[in-house]
Amino acid sequence: MPSTREIRRRIKSVKNTAQITKAMQMVAASKMRKAQNAALSSSHYAKLLHSMLATLGDRAQPDAHPLLHTPNSDRQLILLFSTDKGLCGPLNSNLFREAIQFNPSTTDFVASGRKGVQFLARLGRNLLADFSFPDSPSFLQVKGMSKFCIELFLDEKVASVSILYPKFINTLSQKPTLTQILPIQIESLQPIQIPSPQPPGPSSTSPSSNQNLQESLSIIPETFLFEPSPQAILDNLLPYYVHFQVYQMLLSTRASEHSARMVAMKNATDNANQLIKDITLEYNKQRQASITNELLDITTAQRALE
Amino acid sequence: MPTIHLEIVTPEHVAYEDDVDSILLPTTDGEIAILPLHTPLLTQVIPGELVVSKNGQNLYLAIGEGFAEITQTNVRVLADMALQQAEIDEDAVQIAIRKAEESLSREQLAGEQLAAVQATLQKSLAQLKVKRRRNNN
Repeated sequence: MPSTREIRRRIKSVKNTAQITKAMQMVAASKMRKAQNAALSSSHYAKLLHSMLATLGDRAQPDAHPLLHTPNSDRQLILLFSTDKGLCGPLNSNLFREAIQFNPSTTDFVASGRKGVQFLARLGRNLLADFSFPDSPSFLQVKGMSKFCIELFLDEKVASVSILYPKFINTLSQKPTLTQILPIQIESLQPIQIPSPQPPGPSSTSPSSNQNLQESLSIIPETFLFEPSPQAILDNLLPYYVHFQVYQMLLSTRASEHSARMVAMKNATDNANQLIKDITLEYNKQRQASITNELLDITTAQRALE
Repeated sequence: MPTIHLEIVTPEHVAYEDDVDSILLPTTDGEIAILPLHTPLLTQVIPGELVVSKNGQNLYLAIGEGFAEITQTNVRVLADMALQQAEIDEDAVQIAIRKAEESLSREQLAGEQLAAVQATLQKSLAQLKVKRRRNNN
């Protein structure tokens, strides 16, 4: 049975812990808002980029550009996006559970985030490079990493490049997701174009001209012009698309990290507060018990004197 | 009179969206003017001045590098920068230009870095051009 003084000390220490986790929760919450905005605001851009690539569609046969063509290699490259710091709940361990399933003898890794690097080193996986970025990375910084991957791919060192990252769904849920970025799969983009919002026709046009527009819209895929040339567009658009995808997934990873940390710290704070309540109850019980005992002592002593 | 729907998007936000009469767009092959019912075109945008005209009013935007997808009813411009006159800080742009020119003349830049500095310079010049235009008018 701990003494009341010991219990008091415990309450104090739990209170300190709660204060720290509360502070970390606040910090994570403010970073989370920033990271979520960054991740979400680029999604419209990404959607349009997708649809532009889908427009290229039939031009982009596998032999039209090396980035569309699967090289002769039996290895695959996985980019593992994790966090630099811990204390973010099950985010990293969920991710690593997926990462562990790749065949170690044919998989190379490129990692961003210290936790991922440590994990791969512990397992003795083949880690080719490790990139670290600041909390809000710029497009240019991320470009270095995607360039490295494109070069490996063009040198036929790997047959495919995929990214494994915690996809940001909302504050409460992040899902480990594997997305292939190379070779670029134009076919997988096609469905995106169909539901792409066709803005309502200009209100000033008359119904007949609208009809004309509708008719001409149906023949667009055949009549697209490319300036300066289809090849030049492919040469610029495809690498750019890869860079941007990598960038966007990194932003998503950051948003996931801060969301997961915020939730984890909130849980920790709640638990600590619950613990304080429990121990305080225990403390009060003990205090009352000792008062009762003292009273008993006093009354017995008085009785004895009478 | 038919109009054409213009959308200018950067990774950060949708910079401009409206139904307009015509658009003047800087591309790798020179400036092109886009009117409604333009032939479908996919082209590359270079840093420069993008002019939107609507109801006889001209709007000038400084545009960065990117791509444009043009159909008969829609123009989508994806660029890494799109600023309206009010958003441009002339002093900051002047400083950026001076810095870029300095590092171009002084340092030995190669590959990626050189391209980055040159892109910054071109974008800054485009911003300056757009900003100055209003002052002349």
